[in-house]
Amino acid sequence: MVLFDFSDYAELIPLVQNSLIAGLLLGLVGGLIGVFVMTRDMSFAVHGISELSFAGAAFALLLGYNVVGGSIVGSLIAAAIIGYLGAKAKDRNSIVAVLMPAGLGLGILALALYEGRAANKFGLLTGQIVAVDDPQLFWLVIICAVVLLSLLMVWRPLTFASLDPDVAVARGVPTRALSILFMLLLGLSVAASVQIVGALLVLSLLVTPAAAALRVSSSPILTPLLSVAFAITSVIGGILLALGAGLPISPYVTTISFLIYVICRVVERVRK
Amino acid sequence: MTKPVLSIKNASLAFGERTLWSNLNLEIQPQEFIAVIGSNGSGKTTLLKAILGQEKLSAGSIEILGKKVAHGSRNIGYIPQHRNIDAATPMRAIDMLKLGLDGHKFGLPLSSRAANRKVQHILGCVDAFDLAGKRVGELSGGELQRLRVGQAVIDEPELILADEPLSALDLAQQRVIADLLDQERRDHKSAVIFVTHDVNPILSMVDRVLYLANGKFKIGTPDEVLSSEVLSELYGTPVEVIRTQGRILVVGNHDHDHHHDNEPADRGAWR
Repeated sequence: MVLFDFSDYAELIPLVQNSLIAGLLLGLVGGLIGVFVMTRDMSFAVHGISELSFAGAAFALLLGYNVVGGSIVGSLIAAAIIGYLGAKAKDRNSIVAVLMPAGLGLGILALALYEGRAANKFGLLTGQIVAVDDPQLFWLVIICAVVLLSLLMVWRPLTFASLDPDVAVARGVPTRALSILFMLLLGLSVAASVQIVGALLVLSLLVTPAAAALRVSSSPILTPLLSVAFAITSVIGGILLALGAGLPISPYVTTISFLIYVICRVVERVRK
Repeated sequence: MTKPVLSIKNASLAFGERTLWSNLNLEIQPQEFIAVIGSNGSGKTTLLKAILGQEKLSAGSIEILGKKVAHGSRNIGYIPQHRNIDAATPMRAIDMLKLGLDGHKFGLPLSSRAANRKVQHILGCVDAFDLAGKRVGELSGGELQRLRVGQAVIDEPELILADEPLSALDLAQQRVIADLLDQERRDHKSAVIFVTHDVNPILSMVDRVLYLANGKFKIGTPDEVLSSEVLSELYGTPVEVIRTQGRILVVGNHDHDHHHDNEPADRGAWR
């Protein structure tokens, strides 16, 4: 079997135009929110949310509703539960560990009962390329715009609250409202990412790029910019490579994002 | 007399049956340094929370500059207990100082030239020019607390609340931080409420002591409050206050209430 075949590449690109736009947006959102996921120590929570998002999407598929909508509902339920019950990191980890298999199980049940196209099923778990249609893209643009604008608006107080909640609250920063808002934005970002890279690999978009950026920069301005650059490189690179191979997009996205992380660690080591 | 920075009137706080303190009256003037002392569970930290509006009083009122505080205040600078910051946090010492100035403002962390000048000034005040570009997660305990003092005073607050800022620091570091805070409150005319279980590192700068114990309290100068008679009455059990080499030691039969068993007595631990 051929891993890459770029002979008819020029004709294929227009087919994935929607995916490329979606990838660009997700890279932007994932790279930015990832920085906060790291500073707030919520990497594991992202995984938990993505499994419930998958369950929501799978049920929407089964019942014939909008898949993006189902994915958002699942995400937000998970984000609300984790945000409400898991204020402390230790509680949070156990809650996520309980939610994760439950979500995955429900999702697989829904997929097993679904009698439509098999590609639809598999896509939710491992990502898809050409399957981003216009209405889906429309939803993604809306979600990403909401997350992006909100995030930029609360960037500074959220940074303060993430670093030092006690000090921030004393200075009048509404830390509680911010943490609820953050969970909401995280839920939306996960729901959007599930559409492209699939539920299993959301971390590679929402965590790995930020984790890599943190290895090489400590500036609060440069770190998110690098994180976004890494995330976009991973998604767009992954889509373009997957196109030549006719395989699911996720192995490419995750490999690129993993390699960037490894390189950043090496750079960090060499600098010291 | 000038307008008080903080005025606590007939304040009581109780959780169910347990009363932490009741009928507390306290007015704090600009530049005054108040030490709040008491064993764990005596309601020291709860008092700070009540001042910040995070804990509801059972009775009475607390006002800062004549206004009730609901959710924190820009007039307050806050210094927390030392706690390590995750090494991966993307923030340098200067960024942390800047948050004390504009962390409550919405938007992106872009700062004006005036803000940068102020940050440079405070860096000098807390002797941290060499730390400016370092990651906060890589600072030592003493360095971090120095920056926290800077972060608390950078916006020139009228009131500084410090919640055991010296815990987990060694004696030399304790002195540096305490002196720094003393200097800053004089320069900026800020009142200070300093919660601690050991009064010794700050004894020379304290104007008044608020001593909390057994649901009761005593307010006065260190000499008035830190005496065998007063503390024996407060605890309801014989307590001896020993003054030696400019330090104060409290010795009593209530040791099990206190939490300094692991510190050597010759360090002048507050017990």
